[in-house]
Amino acid sequence: MYDLSIFWHYTLQYLKTRMAYRVDLFVELMSDLLFQAVNLVFILVVFSHTPLLNGWSREEILFIYGFFLVPYAIFSAFFNIWDFNERYIVQGEMDRILTRPIHSLFQVILERMELESLFGAVTGLVIMLYAGAQLGLSVAWYDPFIFLFMVLGGACIYGGVFVCLASISFWSDSRTDIMPMMYNIANYGRYPVDIYHRVIRFVLTWILPFAFVGVYPSAYFLGREEWYGYAFLTPLVGLLFLSLSIWVWNQGVKRYRGAGN
Amino acid sequence: MVSMYLEMIRIRFLMMLAYRTNYYSGILIYSINIGAYYFLWTAIYSGQESLGGLTVTQMTTYVAVAWMARAFYFNNIDREIAQEIREGKVAVEMVRPYHYLTMKTMQGLGEGLFRLFFFSAPGLLIVWLVFPLDFSASGWTWFMFALSLVFSFIINTQLNLMTGLLTFFFFNNDGLIRAKRIAIDLFSGLILPISFYPGWAQTVMGYLPFQAISYIPSMIFTEAFTGQEVWSAILFQALWAALLVVPLQVLWLLAKKQLVVQGG
Repeated sequence: MYDLSIFWHYTLQYLKTRMAYRVDLFVELMSDLLFQAVNLVFILVVFSHTPLLNGWSREEILFIYGFFLVPYAIFSAFFNIWDFNERYIVQGEMDRILTRPIHSLFQVILERMELESLFGAVTGLVIMLYAGAQLGLSVAWYDPFIFLFMVLGGACIYGGVFVCLASISFWSDSRTDIMPMMYNIANYGRYPVDIYHRVIRFVLTWILPFAFVGVYPSAYFLGREEWYGYAFLTPLVGLLFLSLSIWVWNQGVKRYRGAGN
Repeated sequence: MVSMYLEMIRIRFLMMLAYRTNYYSGILIYSINIGAYYFLWTAIYSGQESLGGLTVTQMTTYVAVAWMARAFYFNNIDREIAQEIREGKVAVEMVRPYHYLTMKTMQGLGEGLFRLFFFSAPGLLIVWLVFPLDFSASGWTWFMFALSLVFSFIINTQLNLMTGLLTFFFFNNDGLIRAKRIAIDLFSGLILPISFYPGWAQTVMGYLPFQAISYIPSMIFTEAFTGQEVWSAILFQALWAALLVVPLQVLWLLAKKQLVVQGG
């Protein structure tokens, strides 16, 4: 309950600061939209040259992309920690965080929130609904609930991987570009993983399970029964990776000694 | 004067060298990116001989070269300028005995040269060993590619300088800088060769400078452009490089005035 009220206060504060620079907010939303459009354009242009991608139609690929945008939006809104090393370790902000009686990861997440990213979920839903309608997908009464679980699972997977990466800073404070690299790898999960080499598919399923953020859960809604097993693993994998990352984070905090200036 | 600018290139080059982990992960990033596109494109072709005027080998070579060329022309000076303006450091830079924009360009060049020798070359070697790419043996092709890469750098840097300078007029410029990057990725032919776009889009892009950044060098390298096409492509680049000087100078003059107002 206490955490919730903290979250609420941070949100109010956040909205206040965002509303102070409305033009800025607008430009940011536009550039988010543009970013989503790039991938959309890629899919559309590619499919103007070929009817099928390894047996997947344009609408199916669009559906997967639309789905992917929803957990991705939640992830970007709450796990905006790609500059954690720079901000909190190098500049010593972590010391301030650790003097407060709330869990350190929760504080970092609250401080770095970017709620306007949630708008991406709307784009995702629109793309999904369009593709779904084109494909004539039927929706059962329980599908929205399954969708919710899978989306949360996907966001947790992303969050887990990136929290683990941020935790590296507790052990080594040298600057690395692993984070942007991970953003690139994460994009692999947006395409049917059976187009890749089986080694890559294995990595995307069990080691950096980004396939669970796009293609596997989408397989359930697209009625691709051969992947149902993977699809229903999504929330479990999400829970597992988030718990793992919190454990790694806590170990890191124990080891943290401050920037020492 | 010239030696001072050369020194700036050298210093930036050495600065880049200091971050060793960055260097290894840089090679990895580029290789992984190219790998992903390799699989994606082979799936897209799936048996078809050629799409958009490129065979599958040309296409994968195109992707590899486009990403490696990006290592050279890409730089962060737009963000650096924005930061220096916000922190007020730009005022100090302006009284120093060099031209601020030239100095930034030289730093970008140092960064680009570092990436060219330490990311692109080893990265390209790795990619070439792993994936079946077709690198031209003709020295002429390599020469023309190098020439067009120089223009890529100039044009991309001009656009970067302009976006950076816009910080003088907006308080926070991050959104615009990001939008510019996305526009360049999309319209420069980095993720999709321009010849893949529908006709009307190609016409529109023909009036924009973006394809001079990535599409032209990559097409020259894959030898999808031949003979006269190569020359007119280079001419297109040279024209834009000259043309963009005008808005850049105008922006710079306005920016200097703006600085006086703010600092008063």
